[in-house]
Amino acid sequence: MASSIRVRATSTGDTTEVQALIQHPMDSGFVKDAKGEIIPPHFIQELTFEYDGKAVFVADWGGGISKDPYVKFAFKGGNKGDEIKIGWVDNKGTSDATTTKIQ
Amino acid sequence: MTIVTSEFSRTRRLMLKSAGVAALIGLGVIPLGVPQALAAANDKYPEDAFKQKNEADAIKALYGKTPEPSDKVKMDAPEIAENGAVVPISATTTLSDVTSISFLVTENPVTLVASYRIPAGTLPSVANRIKMAKTSNVTVVVEAGGKLYSAAKEIKVTVGGCGG
Repeated sequence: MASSIRVRATSTGDTTEVQALIQHPMDSGFVKDAKGEIIPPHFIQELTFEYDGKAVFVADWGGGISKDPYVKFAFKGGNKGDEIKIGWVDNKGTSDATTTKIQ
Repeated sequence: MTIVTSEFSRTRRLMLKSAGVAALIGLGVIPLGVPQALAAANDKYPEDAFKQKNEADAIKALYGKTPEPSDKVKMDAPEIAENGAVVPISATTTLSDVTSISFLVTENPVTLVASYRIPAGTLPSVANRIKMAKTSNVTVVVEAGGKLYSAAKEIKVTVGGCGG
């Protein structure tokens, strides 16, 4: 139930709008902590949205994306009640995935 | 006022708790299923492009060609960003056959911030939030019909997003 991904997909008839908010530090590897030591890079590299077995949107990210990243896009089609799969992988190989129903 | 604050801290605690649970689940069950599905979905992560220190090199590493400026690429971004750690930027285009949209910040230590793959049927419009080290040009590159188009805008940053 609990997931790092909060996603909302809304059908507007012809298109489906998807908004996602992910909990992730997105450390770029250029920031120092209070002791002056560099915080090692830790950021999501790939975020994929799938609908009907096909990728509808793929984000390739670097450390320049803000902490707890947000992204919004829209695709043609998509029916209310259909499922969208969302998954991410970061530079340490950690991953998370979830699904949501189009509203 | 006090009620608001305590409400906030409670939700915050709840969120932190759920984040912890998510981390546990993330370590356990899910990684088995996910990476294969992701790997099969599309091309590889452009590791090399995310190592480039200047804009031209990053675009070349990503697309292998150079873009031409186009007024059909529209960027929606603030003139002045008070907090460089979170700069909301969106891009959209009236060009057809768009396959990719990328965001680059010239003055960032790593110029390329994000590159989005747009399959057929997905609208050529994306919104996200980026970090900016300091006042810089931000470039949006759109790949449409095998050609590259770009738009650039200077965004002033009052407080940089690279900590320190």
